[in-house]
Amino acid sequence: MSVKTEAIGKEWPATTYEVGKEKIGEYARVVGLDNPVHFDREAAKAAGYRDVVAPPMFCVVYGAPALGPAMFDDEVGMNFAAMVHGGQEFEWGEPACVGDEITTTARCLEIYEKDGKGFYVFETRSVNQDGAEVAKGTWTNIVRGV
Amino acid sequence: MAELKAGDAIPELRLTPDKYLPHRYAGASGDFNPIHIDPEFAKAVGLPNTILHGLFMMGLVARAATDAGGGDPKALKRLSVQFRGMGAPETEIVVSGTVESVEGGTATIDVVAAQGENQTIRNAEAEVVVA
Repeated sequence: MSVKTEAIGKEWPATTYEVGKEKIGEYARVVGLDNPVHFDREAAKAAGYRDVVAPPMFCVVYGAPALGPAMFDDEVGMNFAAMVHGGQEFEWGEPACVGDEITTTARCLEIYEKDGKGFYVFETRSVNQDGAEVAKGTWTNIVRGV
Repeated sequence: MAELKAGDAIPELRLTPDKYLPHRYAGASGDFNPIHIDPEFAKAVGLPNTILHGLFMMGLVARAATDAGGGDPKALKRLSVQFRGMGAPETEIVVSGTVESVEGGTATIDVVAAQGENQTIRNAEAEVVVA
């Protein structure tokens, strides 16, 4: 058996996520962040933000809905039982604040085989309502025994 | 603004996730993969028990890198990690790092997250604006 490569370059339908204040707070508390800019509107504004600002890694919250259909696509054909999340990169641009409508598009960058493992690399690009890029993600999943 | 120079160690971040942390992270992130929240499922697929979300540990790495840059979330411009070990709840995580370089107002920091000898995240590289 070997990896299928037909899905390289495939792009999936964009998803849009509206950023909410309590969701930012929930995420920030779980990772132990206590900076008031993630909880308090006045503190965020005093620090120069339009509104309560999301922690950078909140990009997994608004980005994941776009990635789901890509990972479960039969054309990609990833074997979930043998999959691990191997690597992850994010680059951040404009901060994500409460009220932003963030649209994310997922694309398959690479599928290849190396040392008996399948590597599946996806990209997500997230832009806000003004068209400014807020985050770009590169997601690498590794499947053993392809 | 943070005074960072090549070779500096960044302040360590230590956190012991409680037994239910993966449930809260699942709720916060939307990632309900049962390997993180269901011990029976985790064992059935060959894991010793439920494991932490890799992206939760990456969240801690992001927090440590952000703090090293002075705490402003927009200072973190890039973070790249490799997941190299499974993280377990109820075990202390230590995030540590060293400044590799500071150029053009951006510090590049090499970061590791570990539980004892088990490096769950390594080869992590963070770019943080410091000026």
